[in-house]
Amino acid sequence: MNAQPSTPPDPAPPYVRIEAVSKKFGEFPAVDAVSLEIRRGEIFCLLGGSGSGKTTLLRMLAGFETPSAGRIYIDGEDMSAVPPYERPVNMMFQSYALFPHMSVERNVAFGLEQERLGQPEIRRRVAEILEIVQMSPYTGRKPHQLSGGQRQRVALARALVKRPKLLLLDEPLAALDRKLRERTQFELLSIQERLGVTFIVVTHDQEEAMTLATRMGVMDRGRIVQVGTPAEIYESPVNRFVADFIGSVNLLEGRVEAAGADGIVIRCEPFGCTVRAAQRVECAPGDTVWAAIRPEKITLAGPLSATEGAPRDNQMRGKVREVAYMGDVSICLVETDSGKVLRVTLPNRSGLARQRDLRHTGVTLCWDDASPVILTR
Amino acid sequence: MSRRGVFSRTALVLGLVFLYVPILSMIVYSFNNSRLVTVWDAAHSPSLKWYGVLFSDGQVLDAAWLSLRVAVCAATVSTALGTLAGTALARFGAFRGRSLLVGMTTAPIVMPEVISGLSLLLLFVALQQAIGWPRGMGALTITLAHISFCMAYVTVVIQSRLAGFDESLEEAAQDLGARPAKVFWRITLPLILPAVLAGWLLAFTLSWDDLVISQFVAGPGSSTLPMVIFSKVRLGVSPDVNALATLMVSVVASGVVVAMVWMRRRQRRRERDMQLAAATNL
Amino acid sequence: MQQPVRHAGRRLVAGIPALWLAVFFLIPFLIVLKISFSEARLAIPPYAPLITWLHGLPIPNIHLSSYAYLFTDPLYLRSYLYSIMVAAVSTLMCLALGYPMAYAIARAGEAWRTFLLMLIVLPFWTSFLLRVYAWIGLLQNDGLVNDVLLRLGLIHHPVTLLQTNFSLYIGIVYSYLPFMILPLYANLEKHDTALLEAAADLGARPLTAFLRVTLPQSLPGIAAGSLLVFIPAVGEYVIPTLLGRTDQIMIGRMLSDEFFDNRDWPVASAVAILILLLLVVPIVLLQRVERREREAET
Repeated sequence: MNAQPSTPPDPAPPYVRIEAVSKKFGEFPAVDAVSLEIRRGEIFCLLGGSGSGKTTLLRMLAGFETPSAGRIYIDGEDMSAVPPYERPVNMMFQSYALFPHMSVERNVAFGLEQERLGQPEIRRRVAEILEIVQMSPYTGRKPHQLSGGQRQRVALARALVKRPKLLLLDEPLAALDRKLRERTQFELLSIQERLGVTFIVVTHDQEEAMTLATRMGVMDRGRIVQVGTPAEIYESPVNRFVADFIGSVNLLEGRVEAAGADGIVIRCEPFGCTVRAAQRVECAPGDTVWAAIRPEKITLAGPLSATEGAPRDNQMRGKVREVAYMGDVSICLVETDSGKVLRVTLPNRSGLARQRDLRHTGVTLCWDDASPVILTR
Repeated sequence: MSRRGVFSRTALVLGLVFLYVPILSMIVYSFNNSRLVTVWDAAHSPSLKWYGVLFSDGQVLDAAWLSLRVAVCAATVSTALGTLAGTALARFGAFRGRSLLVGMTTAPIVMPEVISGLSLLLLFVALQQAIGWPRGMGALTITLAHISFCMAYVTVVIQSRLAGFDESLEEAAQDLGARPAKVFWRITLPLILPAVLAGWLLAFTLSWDDLVISQFVAGPGSSTLPMVIFSKVRLGVSPDVNALATLMVSVVASGVVVAMVWMRRRQRRRERDMQLAAATNL
Repeated sequence: MQQPVRHAGRRLVAGIPALWLAVFFLIPFLIVLKISFSEARLAIPPYAPLITWLHGLPIPNIHLSSYAYLFTDPLYLRSYLYSIMVAAVSTLMCLALGYPMAYAIARAGEAWRTFLLMLIVLPFWTSFLLRVYAWIGLLQNDGLVNDVLLRLGLIHHPVTLLQTNFSLYIGIVYSYLPFMILPLYANLEKHDTALLEAAADLGARPLTAFLRVTLPQSLPGIAAGSLLVFIPAVGEYVIPTLLGRTDQIMIGRMLSDEFFDNRDWPVASAVAILILLLLVVPIVLLQRVERREREAET
């Protein structure tokens, strides 16, 4: 088997260094000893649910909150005592925070006016950035005369016109409807590539994170749980929280039967199956572990005949309880004899009719030994 | 909810009648040629006789002029001070002395005026003895006294406006490089301007109307309009006072009507703009 | 914002109004307190200094005679009690009229609400003194009320309405009604009508729903409105002078008379201090109610 090319070693020092940063509100630790390094020019997403601390961390980067402990370095400079109006950082707010009494042009020019640039220079740069976000025809309008998507582009322009070292985005796509969201995602990517600004995005929407991020960090209750590329996090979650948080997953709890350098065998009694994975796991026989198998990695085969007998390794017997037709895929809920339900995603190659037949039929679920990810916590 | 509705709505109507009958009676009788309240001198009414009496009364006119100057001055200074205090209380979080500032800005609102008036007069007397200023009781002491109690009202108005103000606008301005003072001048103040104006008008009205505190700190030489009116009405009904009341009500009512019409028009224009924007959704 | 108070700018913003109030609000009270302990003199100003110097040694000249006078003079005791009673009764009357009014406004449609509130507040912007004065015209023996009653045949001789407790209550309720309605409205407006619907759904009749759902929730509004009426009403001066009784006067008027007519500054100051002591508890209560309302909003 060919080895996959690994990511090349990164020569540049980290652009943003967050060192053991904590933030306490009273006794409550909103952010708990978080350490992160973010490279120049990347799009880094902080992904987490509400209360995970991601917004607090973002606000500390912007300067609106001071860390209770730890330090933040941006391009080598310690930002701990630097107020937001002196940081080379700009933020795009979730509510856009456009100044209602100023026109689009004045809104975007505001940041440049604080830098005491000459009027001609300001006008040129404002026109330039509005061109990039495609809002040039609307320079004279006021925010309440713009639609949601238009306001977002103005907010983006306003933040980018100062050519900040770091752009922070707080739930940038949350207020947009689905179609607009998709389009905006790609527009954001192209703008970032064109300008080369380092983005840090905070979101609770994993689809958003997966699409935008070059790397992401999953946060839970104030801590960073896992950092990696979207693929790394999806395919190799470090614990059940991450596995469950990103996409859907089937978690099979079981007992370790054998573990070695080239694989592991787990008996999952509640599911009536044995999982064999080609993964090296630090554990001992008898330990409780979980096999995480993504729904798209399971295939459905016909029921086992009498001669085939019991299911082999990486096979499970079940009955299709429900099929949800989603257009491009179908989601099947398969119930085992013991009552556990697994989720299987099937591409709709042959259309609706075939999926309908599946209901209430007995099936065998199969997956290969590269599919399960074995989690010890 | 019919039963509840009827009861409270009747109370509302009765209450409004209760509030407006005295005002309306004064307006009506200001046009009555006769001095008696109940006798409508149909032969000679409606007449502007009492308006004429009012405008030829030098004492009233002088007092009105003094009240106007004091009110404008007091309103302006107390709006400035109240805006500062309101900003500090709404934005600075906890700071040393905050509870004291809160107490000092809410107590004047409920303090009985005789106590405020007495204490301010005693202050001026003590100051006079200690440093020779203020030299005498008059317009200056009245203005200083009015500023002190009007300021509390303005603070409440500004503070509650700022509490409902979207802080992310101020944060965005800071993020873009503006220092806090600049943020206040270019972002916050323009957007809370209606509240500031309302505070100014409130302070003006309170100063213009004030009797008790003025009586304490005015001294023998100056009389504000309420002081003149008070000495007149202690002796009973005085029809030229009815004329004055009518004039004041008309000014206030027209001001309110103008303000409401203007606000309604602005609101409608905004709604139309927003609908247009949503229609051309991009 | 969670920034520490870093800048001198901030100290100015909070400091300037604080300084003004310290000079024109706090210090005057201290002066009143000081003078209440002084001895009255026929001089300008009409009180003796608190500390006299004898051979370089300070000798305090503190007199409690003013307070003693107040506590032993039945006239003053009656006046204090009368003032509290009048204020309390007026507050209850304001509440009885103001609560249903505020309730009706809160239940009205959007457009109506602004208009109604404007109607309630409009009289407040016209002269307080003039509106109280208007009642003289209405209540006097040949005034409008007596005239109407005579014509309706309900009475045969004019009834003395002025300079009674009745006219005093009317005056106070009339002047302070907006102060009761506005906090009540602010509170009632925030009520979730869904709660009342839920109560009805669970079988409660309108009266029960009101007593068990609306009333308890409106208690902060009731507290705020009542205190906003009661506290200043205790020390009222104008209304008792124009509309009140002449045989029993309220404490605000007594203070003024003591000061201007008797020129007894120490006693007047002592009267003021005692009024303040009476009102300390209500004032602190009011500030606590207001703080809780404000915290609940954020």
